[in-house]
Amino acid sequence: MMKKYNYGTAILSGFEYLLEEYPEVFVIGQGLWSPWYVGNSMTDLDKKFGVERIIDTPVSESACTGAAVGASLAGMKPIVVHPRMDFMIYAMDAVVNQAAKWSHMLGGQAHPGLTIRSIINRGGEQGAQHSQALHAWFAHVPGLRVVMPTTVADARDLLIASVLSPDPVMFIDDRWLYDQEDELPAIEEISLIDQKPNISIEGDDITIVSCGHTSLLSRDAANMLESNNISAEVIDVRVLNPFFADDIVSSVRKTRNLLVVDCGTLTAGFSAEIIAKVVENVPNDCLANKPKRLALPDAPAPTSRVLEKDYYIQSEDIVVEVKRILNK
Amino acid sequence: MKNNLLDLSNPEKFHENLDIKGIDKNTLINMLKSMILIRKTEQQLASSRKEGLIGGPVHLGAGQEAIAVGISELLQSSDRVFGAHRSHSHLLALNPDFYKLFAEVLGKETGFSKGMGGSMHLFDQESGFYGSVPIVSGTVPLAVGAAMAARMQETNDIGVAYIGDGAVEEGVVHESFNLSKVHNAPVLFVIENNLFASHMHISLRQPSDMISRFATANNIPYKLLDGNDVCAIYNAAKEQITEMRNGAGPRLIELVTYRHYGHVDWRDDVDVGVARSLDDIENWKARDPISRLSKSMIINEIWTIDEEEIYTKELDALIAESWNKAMSDKYPNMNSTLEYVYAKSNNKTK
Ligand SMILES: Cc1ncc(C[n+]2csc(CCOP(=O)(O)OP(=O)(O)O)c2C)c(N)n1
Ligand SMILES: [Mg+2]
Repeated sequence: MMKKYNYGTAILSGFEYLLEEYPEVFVIGQGLWSPWYVGNSMTDLDKKFGVERIIDTPVSESACTGAAVGASLAGMKPIVVHPRMDFMIYAMDAVVNQAAKWSHMLGGQAHPGLTIRSIINRGGEQGAQHSQALHAWFAHVPGLRVVMPTTVADARDLLIASVLSPDPVMFIDDRWLYDQEDELPAIEEISLIDQKPNISIEGDDITIVSCGHTSLLSRDAANMLESNNISAEVIDVRVLNPFFADDIVSSVRKTRNLLVVDCGTLTAGFSAEIIAKVVENVPNDCLANKPKRLALPDAPAPTSRVLEKDYYIQSEDIVVEVKRILNK
Repeated sequence: MKNNLLDLSNPEKFHENLDIKGIDKNTLINMLKSMILIRKTEQQLASSRKEGLIGGPVHLGAGQEAIAVGISELLQSSDRVFGAHRSHSHLLALNPDFYKLFAEVLGKETGFSKGMGGSMHLFDQESGFYGSVPIVSGTVPLAVGAAMAARMQETNDIGVAYIGDGAVEEGVVHESFNLSKVHNAPVLFVIENNLFASHMHISLRQPSDMISRFATANNIPYKLLDGNDVCAIYNAAKEQITEMRNGAGPRLIELVTYRHYGHVDWRDDVDVGVARSLDDIENWKARDPISRLSKSMIINEIWTIDEEEIYTKELDALIAESWNKAMSDKYPNMNSTLEYVYAKSNNKTK
C-alpha cells in the first residue's frame, strides 16, 4: 500500500523503522528533544523510543561523534545527527582519522558502522558559517561512504541502507529538499553497495548530473528545457563515495554533452570529479561540446539578502547554461 | 546536576539595590546609559524582526547587558575582544553606534561588517572589537592568541573572550584554558552563564551549573558573581584586569544571568518544550540589571527619574531615526561576494 510522505516525514519513517527493527540502533546529536533543529524529520522520536535511545547532547560535536565511533566498534549502530554541517567541523577527527581509517589500518578487522546524518542548512541570511555544503570534502576520504538523497524515497531508503551498512556513512540531506512530497511503498531494505546514480529523466541532447538539492533544480530545468525542444537527461548521483560513474559515462556517450551542477563551491568541488571521470572514460571524439559545471562561486555565503539571492543556483541558471553549451 | 551556584541561579534572589559605593558618578552614569542604549537597540531589533523587516536571525541578549557594560568600562581600544552569536551588547558596550548595527543587521554596506555579516558576524577593530561569529566557541582560542600577541608586542593589552555556558561544552574551550595558563596569556574569559544553550537547561547538559570549576581545574584565578549587578562586575573585573595589565596570566569571571527573550528572535520560548516559564522570566525581569542600577543611583541622589526620562526620550528618537536611515541605505555591490574573499594588498615585505 502506498502512503504519502514528504522528505522530512520519509526520514522520520526511516528512523522509526530502524529503531523498531534494530535494538542496537540509537541516535545522538544536538536538538533531538527540540522541534527547532531538524524540521519534521525526527518529531517525537524521543517520546516513542525514550531518551536513552534518542540522546540530545551538550554542545560537543567532537565528543559525540567520537563516542558514536566507539559505540559502533562495540556492536551498536549509532546515528549521529549534526543539524548543520558547519557545526560538525569540530568532529572531523572522529570522521576522517578514526571512522574512515579503522577498517583499513587494522587489517579489515574493525568496522565503525556508524551513520552521520549531516544537514546542509542554508539561506535565511545566515551567512558563511551556517550554510556550507562540504560533501566534496567527505567524498575525498577513502573509507567513508557518502550518500546524498534527493528524492523522498531515497531519503527514507538510503537512510536505512546507510545505517545497516557495516561501514561509516555520511548521510547528507538538505533542508531545501524537505517540501517535496511523494507516495512510498512499504519499506524494503536495500544494500548500500548496490546503489548507483539514478537517471531521473531520460533525454537525448545533454546529460545534466547533480546531487542533493541541485538534482531537484536540474529536474525542474529539464522540464523547462522541454518547451525549448531540448531533451535533457538528468542523473542524480545519490552515492558520492565510492563513486560509480559508469551510467553517467554511458549517458554522455549517448547525449555527447555534459553539464554538472553542484551545490558546493566550484574549485576542487565534486563537480570536478564527475567531469574528470567522464572525460577519462568517453572516446576521444565523443563530446560535441566542452563539458561545463555550474557551482557556487568560490566565496563563503554572504548574508545580505541581495548577495545571498545571487549566490545560490536556481533552475533558470541551469536552463541558461544548457542553452549556452548547445548554442541554442 | 549539582546546584553549585546556589542563590546565584535563583531568580527570586538579588532583587535588592546595588552597592554603588566606590564607583565614581560618571562611571555609573556611563554604565547606566550604555545598558539602556543596548536594551533599546535590541528592542528595536526584536520588533523589526517580528515585523519581518530583518531577514536573518537575531540572538538578543536583553537582560544580560550588565556583563558587557561592566567589563567594557575597563577596556582600552587596543584590547582584543571576541564574541559569539549573541554579541550585540559586546560590541555596543565598546562602540554605541547602533546605526551601524542596524545597517549590518539589514545587510547594508554602511554596517559594521560592510553588510557582509549581519547580526552574527560583527566587527569593529577600532574600538577593540575583533569579531564575533556564530560557531559556538570558535573565537575562544582566537582570544587566547590575540592575548599572546599582546604579550609578544610588549603592550599591556588583554584579550577578552565572551563564552556562554553552552560554549564550555566544546573541547576547544578547555584547550584554550590550558594553553592560556601555561603560556601566561593575558586573556579574560568572561562566562555568561544564562543557564541555557538554545533549548536545553544546563541541568540536562552538565553535572554542575558552575562553570568556574574549569578555572579551578586549570589553576586560573576566577570570580563568580551575580551577572545582573554591573557594579559588582565592574569592581571584580577591575581587580582582574589590573592584574593582567601588570603581567598576570589568564583570569576567568563567571556571571550568572538570564536572557529575557528566547534563544533566537523575539519570542519567549516558553511553549516549545524548554524548561523556561513565564514566571521565571518575570522573576528574572525583576532582577533586571538596568532598573536595579537606576534605582540605586536615584536613592543615592546621583541620578533622577527626570534625567532618565530625558535620556530615554532622546535615545528613542535617535534610534527611530537611525533605523529609518539604515533601512534606506544601500546594499553592498553585487561584486562584494567575490571581492572580500582574500586581502587586496600584496605580500608584506621587510
Ligand atoms: C559548533 C556549533 N554547534 C552548535 C551550534 C548551535 N548553537 C547556536 S547557539 C547555541 C547555544 C549556545 O549556548 P551558550 O554558549 O550558552 O550561549 P547563549 O545562547 O546562551 O548565549 C547552539 C548550540 C553552533 N552555532 N555552533
Ligand atoms: Mg547560555
